[in-house]
Parts: sequence; structure tokens; C-alpha cells
Amino acid sequence: MQSVRDIPRDSDGPVFREPWEAQAFAMALSLNQRGVFSWKEWAATLGDEIKKAQAAGDPDTGETYYRHWLAALERMVAEKGLADARTLSRTRDAWEHACARTPHGTPIELQPNDFGDA
Amino acid sequence: MNDDHRHDDSHDHGSELSEMQLRVRALETVLTEKGYVDPAALDAIVDAYETKIGPRNGARIVAKAWTDPEFKRRLLADATAAVRALGHESRVGDHLTALENTPKRHNMVVCTLCSCYPWEVLGLPPVWYKSAAYRSRAVKDPRSVLADFGVKLPDDTEVLVWDSTAESRYLVLPMRPAGTVGMSEDQLAELVSRDSMIGTGLAKTPGAH
Repeated sequence: MQSVRDIPRDSDGPVFREPWEAQAFAMALSLNQRGVFSWKEWAATLGDEIKKAQAAGDPDTGETYYRHWLAALERMVAEKGLADARTLSRTRDAWEHACARTPHGTPIELQPNDFGDA
Repeated sequence: MNDDHRHDDSHDHGSELSEMQLRVRALETVLTEKGYVDPAALDAIVDAYETKIGPRNGARIVAKAWTDPEFKRRLLADATAAVRALGHESRVGDHLTALENTPKRHNMVVCTLCSCYPWEVLGLPPVWYKSAAYRSRAVKDPRSVLADFGVKLPDDTEVLVWDSTAESRYLVLPMRPAGTVGMSEDQLAELVSRDSMIGTGLAKTPGAH
């Protein structure tokens, strides 16, 4: 790994640095294959998320790329009426709850009572 | 945004899921429940990109173009069709164009908007391809970018920069290096680096590194 001036370099590098990046990538591909959105729509949304992040101070070195990817995916899913932001946020909180009650080393599984009283 | 540029895991406790992991799990849960995605299909996609789809596909195409004039003609005329005939189906974009480098003309590819890239032949883009620095400097000053990558071209070589979109993606066909007469396609493919197919590198010379 070397950095020549301001362009980050890699020597083939890992495809995904963390599993969530791979999952987010695969979900976008899958939804495109199902015809939920075109790649043109996707590129426009992703480009817009990258611009917004840059404006908010993201260094945009490519390292944070999949964060933008995920933001674009959440937005696309809401815009296409697949799941609204409230449902996603409620499910995110349920995962957090499941995570907190699960001892280390045990697979985390979502259960109905993780959704609390919402 | 400031404190979470590295890994999120440091400020979690209990069993640990980062903010990114929580959001991704939430999406996958909801989309799976509604039948929009299938976890097994997601795993298959990830596996393909991690192990099967990568720049070696592109390298074999370049090596074939160097040794088979008829294939090269078809590749330059319609790369989408020529590449599909070899079994590399594009699932992510419409049109693929092959750009031939010559002593007079060097082609270099960028996506100024985001990261459009010929995934089916090169795999996923390297981290620098997605950086703001590359995306802006490649257009404004391609020769200085090439210098950063250790590529020095003759002054009379024209440098052309191609901006990818979701519909139009590009594969650079680098020049065949000297000293490769009689080499097999497999041997030649070893000389074709990923960067040489983006245009930020040249094909390797046999024996050199």
C-alpha cells in the first residue's frame, strides 16, 4: 500500500474490507436484477450521495465509498416504496436490541420481542 | 461523521455490531421479509465477486486480442458482444467499449460522477478509482496522474480521458509489450495488469517488474 500524492493506491487490495460492504453491494445488484431500479438511476443516486458526503466534509478517498453506497441504497429503497425510513430505523433498533442481549460468541438472531412496543 | 471514519466497532459494547452493520442487517431483514432479496442469492453474488470475477477476466481478453486479429477486430467493433461470446455477461451496464492504445494515443478511464466501471471484465474498482482525487485530477491533468502511477509517455502521445457512465463503460486494450513474440495467451495474460486496462498503467515487459 502506497500513497502517491493525493491519490490512494492499492495493489489489488481486498474486494470488500468488511462483510457489511459485501452485503450492501449484493443487495443493490440483486434489486437491479429484479428491475427495481436501473443502473442509470443507481449511478445518479450514488453520485448524489457522494457529493453530499463531500460537502459534509467526507475526505472522499474511496475508503468511505460503501458508506455512500449504503446511503444510496436506503434512499433508493425508500423512493421505490420497498421500505420506508421508519421501518428501516425500527428494524435497525431491533437489531441493536438483539445485539445487546446476546452474549459474546453467540450468533445474534432477531426475535419478535426485539421490536419493543413500537 | 467525524469520529466514525475508521471502524465503528470501538464504541460498541455487548455483542458488537457497528452502525453500518446494524443498518445493513435492517435492510436485509426488511427486503428479505418482503421477498425482494434472497439471502442465498446475495451470498452467491458476493462469492462470485470475491473469487471469480476480477481483472484476470479482462487480462485474458487482452491476451486474446493480442494473438487473434479476428477477435481484436470484433472486440474493437463491439466489445459488449465480443466479451459476451467469451462468457462474460454484463449484469450491471449496457455498453462496453474497448479502447486501443497505440504509440500515438493513450486511453485512460475515469468515472467523474461515482464509480462506473466494467465489473464483468475487471471485477470491482480499486479504492483509488473511487477517490475524489482521481476522479477530478484524471480529467484536469491526466499526465500528472500517470506520473503518479509511474507511467511516462512520449510527449507526442496524445492522452485521451474517457468518462464512464452507467450506460457506457470502457476497457483499455494496452499495447503488447516488446519481447513477447511466440508467447502463449496464458503467458501474455500474466503481463496484463488491472491498471493497464484502466489506462493508469502499461502492460508489463517480460522479466521486468
